[in-house]
Amino acid sequence: MTNWNCYYLAPSIEDALQALAKAKGPARLVAGGTDLLLELQQGRQAVVDTLVDVTQIPELNTLEVRAGRLFIGAAVPLHRLVDVSLVRQHAQALVEACGQVGGPQVRNVATLGGNVAHALPAADGSIALHALDAQAELAGINGRRRLPLTDLYLGPGRSILAESGELLVGFWLPLGQPGQASAFRRVMRPQGVALPVLNLAAWVQRDGDRLAGVRIAVGPAGPKPLRALQTEQTLLGQPLDEPTLAKANESLLGEARFRTSPQRATAEYRRHLAGVLLRQVLALAWERAGNEIPR
Amino acid sequence: MKFRVNGTAYKLDPLPGEMLADLLRSRLGLTGTKIGCNEAECGACTVLVDGLPVLSCSYPAARVEGKDVLTIEGLAAVPGIDARIEDLHPLQQAFVLHGAVQCGFCIPGQIMTAGALLQTNPDPSEAEIRHALKDTLCRCAGYPTILRSIQAAAYALRTGEPVPPPSVAVSGDAGAHATIGHLQPRPDAVAKVTGAAKFTDDLHFEGMLHACVKRAGVPHAFLRKLDVEKARALPGVAAVLTAAGLPGERNHGIVIPDWPVMVGVGERVRYVGDAVAIVAAEQREIALQALELIVAEYDLQPVVAGPVQARQADAPSLHAGGNLLKHIKVRKGDVAEGFAQADVVLEHTFYTAITDHAFLEPECSIARPVQDERGAGHQRMEVYVGSQIPYADRNQVARALGWSEERVRIIGQLMGGGFGGKEDIAGQIHAALLAQATGRPVKLLFDRHESLLVHPKRHSTQIRVKVGARKDGMLTAVETELYGDTGAYASLGEKVLTRATTHSSGPYEAPHARADCYAMYTNNPPAGAFRGFGVTQSAFAVESMMDMLAEKLGLDPVALRRMNALRVGSVTNTGQVLEESVGLLECIQRVEAEMYRRAGDQPFRAQVVPGQPHKRRAWGFAVAYKNTGLGGGAPDKAGAEVELYSDGSLEVRTSSAELGQGLVTILQMTVAEEFQVAPERVRVLVMDTDLTPDGGPTTASRQTYVTGNAARHAAQALRQAIASSLAEKYDCPPEQVRFIEGLAQVGDQRLPLGEVVELLKAEGRQPRALYEYWAPTTKPLGEGGKMHFAYGFAAQAAQVEVNTLTGEVRVLCLIAANDVGRALNPLGLQGQVEGGAMMGLGNALTEQFVVENGQVITDRLARYRIPSIELTPEIVSIVVEHPTSEGPYGAKGVGELVSIPTTPAITNAIYHAVGMRVDRLPVNQELLLSTL
Repeated sequence: MTNWNCYYLAPSIEDALQALAKAKGPARLVAGGTDLLLELQQGRQAVVDTLVDVTQIPELNTLEVRAGRLFIGAAVPLHRLVDVSLVRQHAQALVEACGQVGGPQVRNVATLGGNVAHALPAADGSIALHALDAQAELAGINGRRRLPLTDLYLGPGRSILAESGELLVGFWLPLGQPGQASAFRRVMRPQGVALPVLNLAAWVQRDGDRLAGVRIAVGPAGPKPLRALQTEQTLLGQPLDEPTLAKANESLLGEARFRTSPQRATAEYRRHLAGVLLRQVLALAWERAGNEIPR
Repeated sequence: MKFRVNGTAYKLDPLPGEMLADLLRSRLGLTGTKIGCNEAECGACTVLVDGLPVLSCSYPAARVEGKDVLTIEGLAAVPGIDARIEDLHPLQQAFVLHGAVQCGFCIPGQIMTAGALLQTNPDPSEAEIRHALKDTLCRCAGYPTILRSIQAAAYALRTGEPVPPPSVAVSGDAGAHATIGHLQPRPDAVAKVTGAAKFTDDLHFEGMLHACVKRAGVPHAFLRKLDVEKARALPGVAAVLTAAGLPGERNHGIVIPDWPVMVGVGERVRYVGDAVAIVAAEQREIALQALELIVAEYDLQPVVAGPVQARQADAPSLHAGGNLLKHIKVRKGDVAEGFAQADVVLEHTFYTAITDHAFLEPECSIARPVQDERGAGHQRMEVYVGSQIPYADRNQVARALGWSEERVRIIGQLMGGGFGGKEDIAGQIHAALLAQATGRPVKLLFDRHESLLVHPKRHSTQIRVKVGARKDGMLTAVETELYGDTGAYASLGEKVLTRATTHSSGPYEAPHARADCYAMYTNNPPAGAFRGFGVTQSAFAVESMMDMLAEKLGLDPVALRRMNALRVGSVTNTGQVLEESVGLLECIQRVEAEMYRRAGDQPFRAQVVPGQPHKRRAWGFAVAYKNTGLGGGAPDKAGAEVELYSDGSLEVRTSSAELGQGLVTILQMTVAEEFQVAPERVRVLVMDTDLTPDGGPTTASRQTYVTGNAARHAAQALRQAIASSLAEKYDCPPEQVRFIEGLAQVGDQRLPLGEVVELLKAEGRQPRALYEYWAPTTKPLGEGGKMHFAYGFAAQAAQVEVNTLTGEVRVLCLIAANDVGRALNPLGLQGQVEGGAMMGLGNALTEQFVVENGQVITDRLARYRIPSIELTPEIVSIVVEHPTSEGPYGAKGVGELVSIPTTPAITNAIYHAVGMRVDRLPVNQELLLSTL
């Protein structure tokens, strides 16, 4: 009944991939493990023989501006994302999202890579990354590739990683420019599981009093984190006024598939909150973008 | 693998599946790190890895390779049980001095989390402390005091000054006493902040086996077939026992023996937690594996899912006597006449949820067979367990073993919270049966999942309240009808629902009252004692109704309550004339004054938060009363023994339980007061059925009163015995013998107390006294007269903020006044008040134990949310002291009272803020939003 037999601290990406391939029994990658280990303990994940821990791999712990983008290693613990000014400067939504995951003890070990790999449709970090147009870098036996974050997801709790045997190296985010900003908010309920009733992240680019660019992500609004592309189209080029917001709200309700979760929220409540959060988060990002230098 | 723990280097390879907490606790013996949930929810297991707090219960041990681990044991300059307060880290000192330690189970986690915060932030704001401690839960909920302790420690660390003392006022009567009424830290506080304090799971015995229980997992069925052979054959399994061949009684139960030790083939399963087989094995993992090999087949039966259904004629009958455990009746006057006199009659039905105690220490029992030292050739059974009623455990374990009671010894351990949830048998009998069968010590530890499934809960209720009143607000009649879900077994259900019923018309004098309660068996987990003991539920109903009535009559809700409030001379709905100690009016007046001081002249009118037009604030008000002691004609007694030792120290002994509430401090202070010695000179021994006299159950807010009196009388008896010895020796009247500062004074002579011991022994007398205290007799319900010998009274006001866009509710402030008779230890009282209020807040806003068709949905702590420090409002405690003549120094019970008015104060405030009447707990923010 032990949760694993062998726990391997991989020193490099290559070692991790090899360990995964050569393991005698079922093997899985683990980073912070704040979800995976509990699911193993509680029998909600198939039994594994080997856990390959990627948290010691230097590249996965890198957080830096590289090649004109912000690179966040997949094993960077969430507390660093919250504390480091670089992230605050370029990805405020991510700071706000990661700052609300668990408590400090969890944030000291949980990673952004794990948040994404767990593939839940309303993971706070993933929602923020979607609005920030992040790309994911994967490493496999056959080399590396980069792809848009959304392409990672297959459905609730399922990503392409399990099948491809690849490892999440990290995330590439565009650097923030003047006139751009992002924000994240969520609504919880005080009873039951600490999953958001609804969360929403937005990134905007302001051109005077018009939206020159906008990205919105929301969850849970379907089997995967939802990039609200139609809503974004509704907003693009418009001033952020009530008629625009009303249209955007309508558009969001059109493209999002809000469902009822027992003991948590009805679809109607989520539909209502979607409008509330859309207005709140856009207003916040808009205001931030109004400052000359984005923070 | 190389790593360091508390500065010591280790070279030790991780075991398969091993978490850091296991490594620390099992292999390094560092049991100061506690496991409360084992699912990364509670924070009790927090340790620092390279300076960062992590949850060691879900942190793979393999990951500490090359790292530095700091546990609670590594914090003090001088670790361990002998540490003096000045040897401790300022955080530890502050937690002790400020009274942040109650049951102590969460404290290592609190201190480690706070320690990490102070390393990076030497002067944290209140908000920063809340943020850092968000996921480090405390069920005693001394959050405000924890917060103040951290600030005090931060100050000491920053400045090098001593830790500033707490600013808690002494009792109004403190001037008359040396110890009583003054602030006294707990005697076990130092051990609890250093990690030296041992709870049951921290104990290990040579050759100890580990037990697990096969639970039915189905709510209603007949056990058709049970095959345990494969489990028996598993290597490492020492015993598998089933209902076949039980050596003693087949049922247990604290009032009615209706709860099967195990369900046998052909017998009825009544809830998911019913045991069908028990296993003991060399390792816990093997025992768990064995459970998987047990084949149990069931004939499923229709599920009785709630109390109303249970009372219907066509409901399946769960017990031989049917589903009605008890129909409880309260009758005063003639309600028909009362309603006829009323100008206004209102009626409404309220619903309360099942809730769980969620004490942070899950149940653990260790049974250990030993040879009878008295040479009878018998085996005896020692049971190490944190239990609220050690003598009842002894009785029930002995019966199940088929032994005489004398052959069982309950050795009570520190309890990581109880709140009523550790009154029934949990694993005691199963561990003892396995120890009896194997001849080896057996540990049976529940994990959080099992704890949530198995132990009795707070009753969910449906309560219909009908009130009649004259235009001026005077009540003419109150009628209530209650349905209580007592679940699969009786537990204390009848007593709990009796209290719910007798208190269901509130602390008011209504000329006509009638209450009917149907305590019903269902296929839900049993319901039993839980702080508030039924009154939590009925107070929510009647206090909501009082606000509805005030609105209907156009009266101020406080004025309406004041007008009808019980006072000296009032007759309760059970026919008791209140003769003294009724501080309700003062509680009302003082809370009202403080509320107006803060709120201005319209506390009950919604205010829009400036700059945030979607947020509305308002205040709500509620009152409550709660009996002290068993009452209702039950003999209510406690024994205590006090002994003087030749070093001048004293010991007080009683089996009464310490579960974090602070009884040990009260007993220590009482004996210190009677002998005029420093409290530190008094040791307290509790909960050992071989060594301590029966103090009765620790329930019904009775121990300060009943055992407190026993200790006081025992101390006085010993004092008198000493005085008469000295009087004889020095040839003076006994009245001239005085006890001052650890000395006996006779005329000009002063003797150290230790010498008195020799004197007594030389006279062939023992320097100890045993006293059995009998509380004033009470009358059974229905006979009128004194149903309870004392009541505590309380009023609270809550300020809430409602977000009208999302429905979210936040409590900003709670003002709580409690008439406690006398505050014997204001420091301990503060913790009870704050923790009780937080439990009431949880009952209003966060807690909901969900059972669907007999299946438990909230079977993990992650799904059952208890309040965190982030939800903690400002809590203002006002102590009201209307002494009761027979209480020790005037004191009466407080443990439950403090939590009762909180829920209706909050829900009444919500009504004032947004106009939504909450009639179903907990508050559902989605439902709230939909009514706006």
